[in-house]
Amino acid sequence: MKHRLLFTGKKLIRMVLLLLGVSLAAFLLMSASPLDPLQTNVGQAALGTMSQEQIAKLEDYWGVNTPPAERYLGWLGDFVRGDMGTSLLYRQPVSTVIGQRLQNSLWLMAFAWVISGVLGLTLGVIAGANRGRLADKLIRGYCLLISSTPAFWLALLLLVIFSVWLGLFPIGLSVPIGADASSVTLADRLYHAFLPALTLSITGVANITMHTREKMADIMESDYVLFARAGGESAPSIVLRHGLRNVALPAITLQFASIIEIFGGSVLVEQVFSYPGLGQAAVSAGLGSDLPLLLGITVVSAAIVFGGNLIADLLYGVVDPKIRRGAAKR
Amino acid sequence: MEPILQVKDLSISFTQYGRGTRQVLLPVIQDLSLTIRPGQVVAVVGSSGSGKSLLAHGILGILPYNSHMAGEITFLGQPLTPKRAEAVRGTEIVLVPQGVTYLDPLMKVGPQIRKGRRDQKARQASRTALKRYGLGEEVESLYPFELSGGMARRVLIATAAAETPKLVIADEPTPGLDARSAQRVLGHFRELADGGAGVLLITHDLELALTIADRVAVFYAGETVEEADAADFTAGKLRHPYTRALWNALPQNGFVPIPGAQPGPGEVGKGCPFAPRCPKQRPECLSPVSYRELEGGLVRCLYPEGEMV
Repeated sequence: MKHRLLFTGKKLIRMVLLLLGVSLAAFLLMSASPLDPLQTNVGQAALGTMSQEQIAKLEDYWGVNTPPAERYLGWLGDFVRGDMGTSLLYRQPVSTVIGQRLQNSLWLMAFAWVISGVLGLTLGVIAGANRGRLADKLIRGYCLLISSTPAFWLALLLLVIFSVWLGLFPIGLSVPIGADASSVTLADRLYHAFLPALTLSITGVANITMHTREKMADIMESDYVLFARAGGESAPSIVLRHGLRNVALPAITLQFASIIEIFGGSVLVEQVFSYPGLGQAAVSAGLGSDLPLLLGITVVSAAIVFGGNLIADLLYGVVDPKIRRGAAKR
Repeated sequence: MEPILQVKDLSISFTQYGRGTRQVLLPVIQDLSLTIRPGQVVAVVGSSGSGKSLLAHGILGILPYNSHMAGEITFLGQPLTPKRAEAVRGTEIVLVPQGVTYLDPLMKVGPQIRKGRRDQKARQASRTALKRYGLGEEVESLYPFELSGGMARRVLIATAAAETPKLVIADEPTPGLDARSAQRVLGHFRELADGGAGVLLITHDLELALTIADRVAVFYAGETVEEADAADFTAGKLRHPYTRALWNALPQNGFVPIPGAQPGPGEVGKGCPFAPRCPKQRPECLSPVSYRELEGGLVRCLYPEGEMV
């Protein structure tokens, strides 16, 4: 137990350092961006009709003339105190914006994460256990096809087919247009989230399947599977008893490492589906020089990804007897 | 007495892709013959890469899918078809593999010995088998990484003894063990044979094999070059020049190496595979050499030792 606490403590220190580095990197990139926040957000024409005074006020609002170091330290100081600042674009506290957006995205990403995980593991195990046979060839062909398909393109394709041609699903947004917030049901939300989630799942499956297949194929060629065959175990029994057990550890790593891919994919997919999620907010924050929002989103998403990997590490300790028993003896 | 296992003219080859999409057939075992009777330990001795392990896999019917097997295998008087092999492996024919890597690293020892069976009888059998090799009940709940090398070897033998096998195939059961532990492990196989089973002991260690074997077959580049009673070997009555070379390479017999290396699969010509390294090579050794009887043993040589020319 003490060992595990120590392990978690070390990881948490690492997480603080990581978040610090990630926020600094995001900030530096943003400061180096050639985009002029005034021009992007106010517009060239409107800017021309404004007085010097008004422009000075706006420059002050977007923090154009504040030295970068001061801006970053100011943000950091507030952040440590628990204040993520106010979004310049949405004119709401960053925590509120992120909270809302995350809620929307979480549905999407959780759905895609579970589907791609379960489906990826299943397909990977089937392909790996039947390496070189028809099932493997079909699954591998599908994965290679999907891997070489850009997520945004697939999103457009699904949109065209299911929303435009067939009219089965809405073409965008997370709730019906013009509906009262109180009248939106869970079914409405799921209905709107379906296509984006499907896109994310389809692209997410390929990666997990290919990695699982490789592990499974290694397992099927291992000494212990040979011995199981020599001991008269049937092929299904070998896959279920030895295959799944041994593929579990890499599968855990894969599953939690895929969070970052789902996150990255959601940025593009939400953009295509005009889905008001975290990914879309990140794009607007980046393009609109909304520094507090961008840093907030960066830190929160990095924390989620890190949290996922931490969970994977901790699960390892539960699943792998070498770690479990090894730690207990110490 | 009816032999437990009879292997006649067994050949195993692999399909491989040569240049481009051309498939080539790679022979790894050629015209192998072997007989094992109840209570006998028959050792197959050869250096690594001679195709010994494939012999075991061939008998068990677990060769890779790109392999081809020809010849006759008879088990207890009946042909050992792939279907029959599937039915008897694990129960009547058991394999004792090399080491701990043959145990599932994430499964406790007990379930591995029981092979998924959960009934009382299986539990009793696994406990008895472990006890027979000096291992307590607590070993059942250990994971393979918690076993020492010697313990792992005894667990592997226990997996065999938990059944009542007619034929035990031991594939290199001793590497990595010190002389005393190796001797003890081999002693367990002798016991199994004395209990009426046939034991096929596959090893590279001629010296160790001779301590328990009744018959010895010497393997070179996928061919048996000599088969004889173990007593012949200990008496220094060797037939094939390769066997002589193997014998002389033992530390206590002079530690004499011979130049060259064993040809790999596909590199063997039509003639005697040992000819290129043989001190007594003649031109006629390059054409096919038949396997023939000689003074109670078998030899594949035109000019064997001990035969007057």
